[in-house]
Amino acid sequence: MTPARLSLAQPVPDEATPYHTEPATVRLRGQHLRLGYGDRVICPQLDVRIPDGSFTVIVGPNGCGKSTLLRSLCRLITPQAGQVYLDGKQIRDYPARTVAQQLGLLPQSATAPDGISVLDLVSRGRYPHQSLLRQWSPQDEIAVQTAMQATGVADLAGRAVDELSGGQRQRVWVAMALAQETPLLLLDEPTTYLDIAHQIELLELFRHLNRHNGRTLIAVLHDLNHACRYATHLIAMREGRIVAEGAPGKVVTADMVQQVFGLPCLVMADPVSHTPMVIPRGKVHMA
Amino acid sequence: MSPSDYLYLGRPTGPIYLRVRAKGLWVGMLLALAALMLAGLALGAGALELSHAQVWQALLGEGPARLGAVVREWRLPRVVMALVVGGALGMSGAIFQSLIRNPLGSPDVIGFNTGAYTGALVTIILLQGSYFEIATGALVGGLAAALLVYLLAYRRGIQGFRLIIVGIAISAMLAAFNTWLMISASLESAMTAALWGAGSLNGITWDKALPSALFSLVAMVLTLLLGRRMALLEMGDDSASALGVPAERTRLQLMSLGVVLTAAATAAAGPISFIALAAPQIAQRLSRSHGTALLCAFWVGALLLLLADYCAQHLFAPRQLPVGIVTVSIGGLYLVWLLFRQSRLASS
Repeated sequence: MTPARLSLAQPVPDEATPYHTEPATVRLRGQHLRLGYGDRVICPQLDVRIPDGSFTVIVGPNGCGKSTLLRSLCRLITPQAGQVYLDGKQIRDYPARTVAQQLGLLPQSATAPDGISVLDLVSRGRYPHQSLLRQWSPQDEIAVQTAMQATGVADLAGRAVDELSGGQRQRVWVAMALAQETPLLLLDEPTTYLDIAHQIELLELFRHLNRHNGRTLIAVLHDLNHACRYATHLIAMREGRIVAEGAPGKVVTADMVQQVFGLPCLVMADPVSHTPMVIPRGKVHMA
Repeated sequence: MSPSDYLYLGRPTGPIYLRVRAKGLWVGMLLALAALMLAGLALGAGALELSHAQVWQALLGEGPARLGAVVREWRLPRVVMALVVGGALGMSGAIFQSLIRNPLGSPDVIGFNTGAYTGALVTIILLQGSYFEIATGALVGGLAAALLVYLLAYRRGIQGFRLIIVGIAISAMLAAFNTWLMISASLESAMTAALWGAGSLNGITWDKALPSALFSLVAMVLTLLLGRRMALLEMGDDSASALGVPAERTRLQLMSLGVVLTAAATAAAGPISFIALAAPQIAQRLSRSHGTALLCAFWVGALLLLLADYCAQHLFAPRQLPVGIVTVSIGGLYLVWLLFRQSRLASS
């Protein structure tokens, strides 16, 4: 199997030896996390490190705690034990606005206010950079335009968000998250409800942002093959624990998929991207 | 919407630089102008008809002292309080409709008005209280009901729907208690209570008006400062948090301000329905704004209550109606129309 030939946008620090696959710089990490809601513990004990400049993708079966983990990283839920650290300091000790300048989120469910225009919605992404007296700035203007162009929604600027198609709407939300201009961006199932063409289009956009803008992306994805193709760093979870972690070319094997998803499968190289490709065996009777 | 629909205030590099939607600004200014014109009209109307010039003179403290007293001591507090109470109700309605994300959201939903009525009834019937004691009783009752509803509805944060359901339940129980208080009261107390319950600006003076007006104004300024956060909260807690708005805390702050605004209005004029429900809706439609336009809601509320009070005073002159009766009558029609429209939207 050919390992993914992906270069990290972030320069590899000096200490890193050739055998050290992870970059040494990690701005966002979780230590001894216990995550859950009330009595229901979803992740009993978890350590996670998000390599800077990576496109980290979290995969796993339904209910394995991948969204819970993502939500704890952007402090939408408070860990029952353990801590999330941003730049070595506990993330809960930062003011909300400071975190929002570093860490963006594309949530799974967001409501566009009735009749809001694309331009207005994308502009809202600038909120963490504004103050009461300076509610708008030339930088805001540039960031909003750049974000709308990157996502291809600049032509829709005057349209109402609720009139758009699902794919367009999702790109508008991405534009809002991009306008926030955060070095770290979390994506909670960004491709759900999109058709295959829009899924790929969006993933290509994420890859571009990761490689050329040097942003660290952390996404929860359902499609294992998409994860293999686009991730530079894969985190596979099962029952609240991290089972495997690393470059998809290294960690994705038939055994791993069997262990994580309980799915008998074949893993071969994707003829296009040369990344691992998972083919479920299912109940097809081979000739 | 194109960039030209925005107005920029201040300098791009200066300490102040704002971007506002032009339409919202114009609509707000027109509403304010209309309200002030109506206020001028109301100051001149009554058993003693005054011309605009006479009203203006009286306001400036010139002209006959008798006219000055009529305008400044009798009519002005009433007009000012109609504007403040109406505006406070409009803003508080805008807050609750934004938080609950439902056009039917209003302070009544969280049981405030029924609770305030219970407080007033207890003060009137059981304690034979004075005007200020009744106002205090209403405040305590309203705040207690709102707090009870909030606590009962709280489960890892507040959710609009749960708030509505709990609010309806508590309101129903309090309403039953209110009825029991009324039928066990003496005829005289029951009359006073019924009059209070109708909501009225009759006989308001500066002494009675000032405390409530001050509370309202402070709460309004704080609400306007939170306006942008409120708009972000409408996109859902996750989006708001991601943009640096602490969702639960902001919601609690906004809800408290909404309750204070309603409380101040209720203390001054008794329970006045419909304004909080309709003003934000009308404001939204006029300014074609997404989300809730706080300032427009203020001016629509102020205008509506002033208009209702004008009708209450002069429609059946010399007989004066409590303004609450007028707003309830219009409000009933509006509510029917809103429900009808919602059900049609839902079925289409």
